[in-house]
Amino acid sequence: MHELGLTMEIVEIAVERAQGRSVKKLRVEVGKLAAVVPDSLRFCFDLCAKGTVLEGAELVLDWVPGRARCGSCGADVFLKVPYGQCTCGHSDLTLLSGHELIVADMEVV
Amino acid sequence: MCGTCGCEENAMHDHDDGHTHDHEGAHTHSHGNDHGHDHSPHDDKRLKIERAVLAKNDGYASFNRGFFAGRGIFAVNLLSSPGSGKTTLLERAIGDLARDMAVSVIEGDLATDRDAARIRAAGAPVVQINTGAVCHLDAHTVGHALEDLAPARGSVLFIENVGNLVCPAMFDLGEHERIVLFAVTEGEDKPIKYPHMFARASLVLLTKVDLLPHLSFDVESALGFAREVNPRAEVLRVSARTGAGMTELYDWLRKRSEPVLGGVR
Repeated sequence: MHELGLTMEIVEIAVERAQGRSVKKLRVEVGKLAAVVPDSLRFCFDLCAKGTVLEGAELVLDWVPGRARCGSCGADVFLKVPYGQCTCGHSDLTLLSGHELIVADMEVV
Repeated sequence: MCGTCGCEENAMHDHDDGHTHDHEGAHTHSHGNDHGHDHSPHDDKRLKIERAVLAKNDGYASFNRGFFAGRGIFAVNLLSSPGSGKTTLLERAIGDLARDMAVSVIEGDLATDRDAARIRAAGAPVVQINTGAVCHLDAHTVGHALEDLAPARGSVLFIENVGNLVCPAMFDLGEHERIVLFAVTEGEDKPIKYPHMFARASLVLLTKVDLLPHLSFDVESALGFAREVNPRAEVLRVSARTGAGMTELYDWLRKRSEPVLGGVR
């Protein structure tokens, strides 16, 4: 349930940026490997947004794929979990993306 | 670039009447030729933020890193599920390393200072953090604990995280190394069930190996799962009760801490 703490942070960032304006839509980029449960994030968002300019705002989650580079053959590998194997058989992978958790932008009224 | 209309933010652009100017975001303004217009009305409705949710934590983690670097302190984040033997391991290590290196501890638990009492009894300075309902330690809380603990220059600091194989993985505390423990009583497939935690470890400790004769735990299969998730991590088998494998752990600590502690001695 670290999503509660993360959502409090998300709401704080957005409220600060909104400067009192009502928010219609908030977009957050979430990496596939970020260990964040989307349902949990939405549940916490409704809770945390209550009584703020974000109350009733739509939370849009944009997924960033998990991508890694193989240390052996240099190919790009797409991952759903934070480990895996390249088609060449090696599992020495360096993660390039997928850990993101970024408050991207929002639409205000 | 604006995702709605494709314009470059703050870009220079041409007007029909031949003048150019720099737009700082969206605004309404008048032109000299008596017409007034509103530039891209949607622009001021759409606000760019682009801020990492964990930026604040990562900032505090950098602060902690500076604290460690300035005092030549080697910091280790100890992670595992509850009951894998983190505190017992520390009790043993504090006694064994007493002549070798100065050790202090930050303890993280939801409630009670029972672990801190055990560490104190073992002979190391300790500060207990009670997180209440929070399932992990964050860099800010650890920063305050560092002020209270004031670890000695050239010492080793163990941060015993809240027992949890999920949430603490996300939170950088500014540590040099992450050690993840899993006990032979837990099941061989822990690493692939909780990959986020194991993928970021520099050392995996298989603990309570003295119990192996009483269990059907398959060590090779467990080590295989750990290697699958994290081929770079080293793996050691230890028993804090019998002392088996502890020398190898201390050797690992000496080797890894040398670049940090070496400069202070």
